[in-house]
Amino acid sequence: MSTVDRATAAARLRGIPGPGAGRGASERTPDWGRVALQLTASPHIKAPDSTERIMWTVVASLLPVVLAAGWYFGVSAWLVIGTATVGAVGTERLLSGGAAVRDGSAAITGILLGLTLPAGMPLWMALLGGVFGIAFGKLLFGGLGQNVFNPALVGRAFLQAAFPVAITTWPAPRQGFLAQVGDTFALPLMSPAVDVTTTATPLAEMKFEGTTTALNDLVLGSTAGSLGETAGILILLGGAYLALRNYLDWRIPVGILGTVALLSAALNLVDPAFPDPLFMIFSGGLLLGAVYMATDMVTSPVTRAGAWIFAAGIGFLVVLIRVWGGLPEGVMYAILLMNAMVPFIDRATQPRVFGTVRGREGA
Amino acid sequence: MFKPPSLVQLPGVRGMAARPGFRHGVHPPDAKELSRARTIRRMPFPAEVVLPLRQHTGKPARPLVKPGDRVERGDKIAAADGFVSVPIHASAAGVVKSIGWWPHADGTMAEAIRIQVARFSAQLPRPRMVPHWEGLTPAQVVAAVQEAGVVGLGGAAFPAHVKLQPPPDCPIEFLLVNGAECEPYLTSDHRVMVEYAERVWFGVRIMMHALGVPRCVVGVEKNKPDAIEALRAAAPTGLDVRVEALTVKYPQGAEKMLIHAVTGREVPSGKLPMHVGTVVQNVGSIAAIAEVFETGMPLVERIVSVTGPAIKDPQNLIVPVGTKLRDVLDYCGGLTEDVAEIVFGGPMMGIAQPDLDAPLIKGTSGVVALTKAQARPRTVHPCIQCARCLDACPVFLNPSKLGRLAQAGRYEEMAKHHLADCMLCGSCSYVCPSSIPLSQMFALAKAAERRRKEQAA
Repeated sequence: MSTVDRATAAARLRGIPGPGAGRGASERTPDWGRVALQLTASPHIKAPDSTERIMWTVVASLLPVVLAAGWYFGVSAWLVIGTATVGAVGTERLLSGGAAVRDGSAAITGILLGLTLPAGMPLWMALLGGVFGIAFGKLLFGGLGQNVFNPALVGRAFLQAAFPVAITTWPAPRQGFLAQVGDTFALPLMSPAVDVTTTATPLAEMKFEGTTTALNDLVLGSTAGSLGETAGILILLGGAYLALRNYLDWRIPVGILGTVALLSAALNLVDPAFPDPLFMIFSGGLLLGAVYMATDMVTSPVTRAGAWIFAAGIGFLVVLIRVWGGLPEGVMYAILLMNAMVPFIDRATQPRVFGTVRGREGA
Repeated sequence: MFKPPSLVQLPGVRGMAARPGFRHGVHPPDAKELSRARTIRRMPFPAEVVLPLRQHTGKPARPLVKPGDRVERGDKIAAADGFVSVPIHASAAGVVKSIGWWPHADGTMAEAIRIQVARFSAQLPRPRMVPHWEGLTPAQVVAAVQEAGVVGLGGAAFPAHVKLQPPPDCPIEFLLVNGAECEPYLTSDHRVMVEYAERVWFGVRIMMHALGVPRCVVGVEKNKPDAIEALRAAAPTGLDVRVEALTVKYPQGAEKMLIHAVTGREVPSGKLPMHVGTVVQNVGSIAAIAEVFETGMPLVERIVSVTGPAIKDPQNLIVPVGTKLRDVLDYCGGLTEDVAEIVFGGPMMGIAQPDLDAPLIKGTSGVVALTKAQARPRTVHPCIQCARCLDACPVFLNPSKLGRLAQAGRYEEMAKHHLADCMLCGSCSYVCPSSIPLSQMFALAKAAERRRKEQAA
């Protein structure tokens, strides 16, 4: 082997291969101009789905819910959701840069947080919730993909602890387009002077007064509640679309709603004083939580078996808190508690590797 | 253990695969329409062929010629070095120009024999004896296959004769012929099955004779109905053979997946197909073995799909082994303006070529030219635990977890998560919405682990 050969060949490796250059060019030298070839490791093709596309599709599927919130509660609904989103996205932009904003995950956090708030929530509180959710719920853990808890729910938990009155002041729906604007623009650190009709949510009525709400009111959303929890049908449609595109794991909402339905049906059988399954499913934030919060990919299990366990756990806790707990609603805490369990669930449900026997390492 | 009910098959959700198939896997667009209908044509001999001494898994061959030697087509120019090795034969008549370093099809540099092809030669082989296979003992068949330099033509290029001689403690029940061709774009095996069905069955007979097995199953993906039909029509009577139509899914053609699809058996981790009573041979290799016993000609040419959206005239070609990429592209009308990457093999597991002078070797099943739109670099996002990679991995690993360990350089820990079972099929990287180069990192981790073990030994 000649050293000349080695040298020219190595040089050719480094350079851009073009026609006719160097040694041994074939007699029929093709004329393609110079071709710059890319060199990557396999696989060389890629499925079209991207993280951005998943996140922004989730945002798009939430838009009907946001629109419905405005329909029920007036312009304040959009202001609250918008402000929470500005708080979340702004924090992400400030602390981790523009690229992190473009993936769309902060926008989802903001919108979801907004949807868990009441229409009369002062904007400064909504903003604070968005900031806290992203800063402490997500960036503190290391940003996208690293957080243990759903950031929107962290934001909401913070608001619930900080402003227990404002977050449980539920304006009645359909009071006019501008009804809550006065509260909405309450100055920072000032409590709102509630001048609209407020009313108890169906769950609170059930818990503290023992009355239930008619099912069609619940399904159509003409009850008091947070911005996103009244549009049950739209949430289900959005979730179904995402599930069909494989953008959310259908096992989680199905598991949660199934568990809640089963448990409440069993309780209802034992004693009809317990609410019936349909009331349980369509009241409160269960649908929003089951479809959009619990299915957050980062904070839910990666294994299929894990998804079922996670969902069953949430459903169980929701019923437990709603029926026997001190609070009328328990979706938020149920999801946050199960979020904390995800690493353990994942570890316990690792799939059996092909060609091995479960429980025996290496086989 | 809690087992999810996977009977429900929702659209967009991959549940339990319908048999015959395997679970998990991915569905890249097969893109075979570019070349699937093109009949196999013989490419003219190039001006020069380059034959690397290492074209197979195992020890490289030892050169038998020196510069200036005249060789005829089919002459042995390098000898097998040990049992897991095969000889190399001249793929064209001509004069040995040099023996030295040359770009190899695996992207490295390797020693190769360059032959200046005789310009006006008829390229006729020397007269040779063709052994009648029925008169040979299994050991003689194995020796003949090795002497003909036949390797697995599916891509891995494992010497074909080694598989024909399983150790006595592994009784073989049946021969499994791999006609899955699950890599997108590639159609060479497809054309072989359609056009050379008789030859495939002839090869099957010889293999069954050598292995002493009574049964043979040919697995073909359902997207090749004409191949299934042709094979069934030509199937020999009086022989226990069957053609199985398989689900269309990548990586159906991986040995372990194919065996699982056809038999429901799982090859134990770290073991080989022979440990579950079967030998898997690619359909192209079977046809090549048949040719050896038809004409006596060793493996000097192979059928290659030259395809992809950046190839002007996609074709299935009979190419002399050692033909340079440049010459093949030239024959297929050249490349389009928006070419980005040229891959030997399929786009899922193939090797990108830096140099148009790299030769096509025995294991090169296809040349796929991809466009800039396909091969564009993508922004890598953090893992969002979407679990698509878990649903894709055909051997049920947790690529998401392995990816995190790989990024942290914790290679030793990866072994505990069964890195060794990863076959680098690329399904995880293909589906990852965050474009994390999972399978690429696993390849690095495997190499690092191998080096560590070598150093320890």
